[in-house]
Amino acid sequence: MAVLSGILIDGLSYGMILFMVSVGLSVTMGLMRVINLAHGGFALLGGATAHWLTTNTDLGYYFSVILAVLATMIFAIAMEKIFYRKIYKFTELQQVLATIGITFLMIASVNFLLGSTILPIRSPEFFSSSVDLGFRTLPVHRIVVIIAGMAIALGLYILLDKTRFGIQLRAAVDNRNMASSLGINTARVYALSFALGAGLAAFGGILGAELLPIDAYYPLRYMVLFLVVVAVGGLGSIAGSFFAAIGLGIIDTAARYIVPEYGTIFFFIAMILVLLLRPQGLLGKK
Amino acid sequence: MKKTIKLMAGVGAISVMMASAAFADHTVKVGVIAPFSGPFAIWGKQFKEAVEVYVAQNGETAGGHTVEFIYKDSGGPNPSGTKSLAQELIIGEKVDYLGGLVFTPNALSVASLIDEAQIPTVIFNAATSSIVLQSEYFVRTSFSLWQVSVPMAEWAWEQGIKTVVISVTDYGPGNDAQVAFTTAFEALGGEVLDAIGMPLSTTDFAPFMQRIKDQSPDAVFAFLPAGPPTFAFVKSYNENGMKDAGITFLGTGETDETTLEALGDAAIGLTTAYHYSAAHVSDLNQAFTSKLDEMFPGSVANLASVGAYDGAHILYQMIAAVGSDRTKAVDVVRGYEWESPRGPVSLDPDTRHITQNVYIRRVAKDENGNLINEEFQTIEAVPDLGLL
Repeated sequence: MAVLSGILIDGLSYGMILFMVSVGLSVTMGLMRVINLAHGGFALLGGATAHWLTTNTDLGYYFSVILAVLATMIFAIAMEKIFYRKIYKFTELQQVLATIGITFLMIASVNFLLGSTILPIRSPEFFSSSVDLGFRTLPVHRIVVIIAGMAIALGLYILLDKTRFGIQLRAAVDNRNMASSLGINTARVYALSFALGAGLAAFGGILGAELLPIDAYYPLRYMVLFLVVVAVGGLGSIAGSFFAAIGLGIIDTAARYIVPEYGTIFFFIAMILVLLLRPQGLLGKK
Repeated sequence: MKKTIKLMAGVGAISVMMASAAFADHTVKVGVIAPFSGPFAIWGKQFKEAVEVYVAQNGETAGGHTVEFIYKDSGGPNPSGTKSLAQELIIGEKVDYLGGLVFTPNALSVASLIDEAQIPTVIFNAATSSIVLQSEYFVRTSFSLWQVSVPMAEWAWEQGIKTVVISVTDYGPGNDAQVAFTTAFEALGGEVLDAIGMPLSTTDFAPFMQRIKDQSPDAVFAFLPAGPPTFAFVKSYNENGMKDAGITFLGTGETDETTLEALGDAAIGLTTAYHYSAAHVSDLNQAFTSKLDEMFPGSVANLASVGAYDGAHILYQMIAAVGSDRTKAVDVVRGYEWESPRGPVSLDPDTRHITQNVYIRRVAKDENGNLINEEFQTIEAVPDLGLL
């Protein structure tokens, strides 16, 4: 019983961290259909900025995080205007090559400026304390991540399904020429969506840093993790990514509780099974 | 295959002839192989800086020979790449000595090569005990996991710790640490309740903390590769209330100086057994760390620095004694004793591995508010217990 509740609670919180770090990719790759391997790069830039701000200024954690996310979004808009505009039109393989190239540039820049050691983000003291749930304790930052993850999932659902911007984005992705001829400023919609994806990447990178610490090689270290969550969830479905992240989190955690010697094999078996039975992912459209 | 061996033997013979024909006062070249790019680039940086500090303090000549260091980038664990770099250094650059080597597979890959070409090779890090047995030309100035894990087990027993859960990353050095600790701890009468092999790619350590907690041991002994895994494990230990549950943290290199600041104040009080702390109190260490800070502002000394600094010292001793007549070089330093920034050390005459003090330390704050590993107990002159 203790093991079962442990698996559920740790699995949920780990799954939520997986969701947080991959939701940005779910927007850029899932919705906008650009194979954005530089997703982890934006998370790295956000995390590195937050590291620099929290260790070198007196802005405080919350303000630093907001500033880091905004800075990443502004950078992303510039990147979109210079590079990604062209990358959208590339074939899939060209997109992979172009975005992995951008990733390497980001890694090298951070490595050059801040070095290759861990870049810790100084979070408020109470993040590191733990809450007693009666039968076990849970670190506060996990609770923060769970709440933030729920809020983001809900916020994105409303933004994409219920607002005018969401309708415009879906229209632009489905048929750009038609959307454009109906008077939708598709260039603007794309730029904003890309910035949204990058901002979510930065936010996820910062909040997830308690488990997946930020260092210059972050984008490569965790690239597979992001891609698996989005692929299993199904391209274009935020809800899919959400359930995939939670499911994979629980499976991986259960394996670590019960059979740690098998490593992460169950995580990948789950991925293979889902993709065999549903190549489009859990909630992806064909 | 046979052809390659023949070719290598030929090359080896030629380079030996060339070396002995050389004049006594010519420049002696040392090739240093280490990662200078990629996720492990910090190792190469620490090595190079420490060697440069040594050269700045001791001059560019050893016994009348000018010493030239040539650095080659091996990237991460990459045995075949390392072997070809070594070949390139021996044949192309005509080096007389090799140094560096961070990863065990990389070090093992050059063993046959340095045997054939008779190149004394000083290992600055690669810590698996058995490496030095693969070639008589290996000398090692780092440490081995047996060397630090056994003193940790003995110290824990003295503190009244009777039960331990071992939690190590499931790979070579992790298994070494586990076997070493278990052997020593059980010999004293202690009980190892559980030994968890954690997958190398683990990012969330909470499940392991829960498993450890459920068995309520007196202590947990951990070993993980430096960097993100160590960081996340120690964070997890702190945040899951392990300390409050009365489970002492026992480690080795987890509080490495390059990750210590990242761990923050939560690290205070963590106990580890290790061969070097940048805060070791001695004039020589003071001179070393202040020179390092002067030449490379912001740099901190860690195990890699001291391994390279002592490695450079051993290379200088060999070069001063025999120059490029390197076939006898290793014999010159067998049993050699000197003072290192880590304390008094010597090279074991048989294993050519460094015999050194192991210090029990705990993380504390110094007068400037920086986190340091404060040594409070010394176990003197520990050899590589894994080779006995």
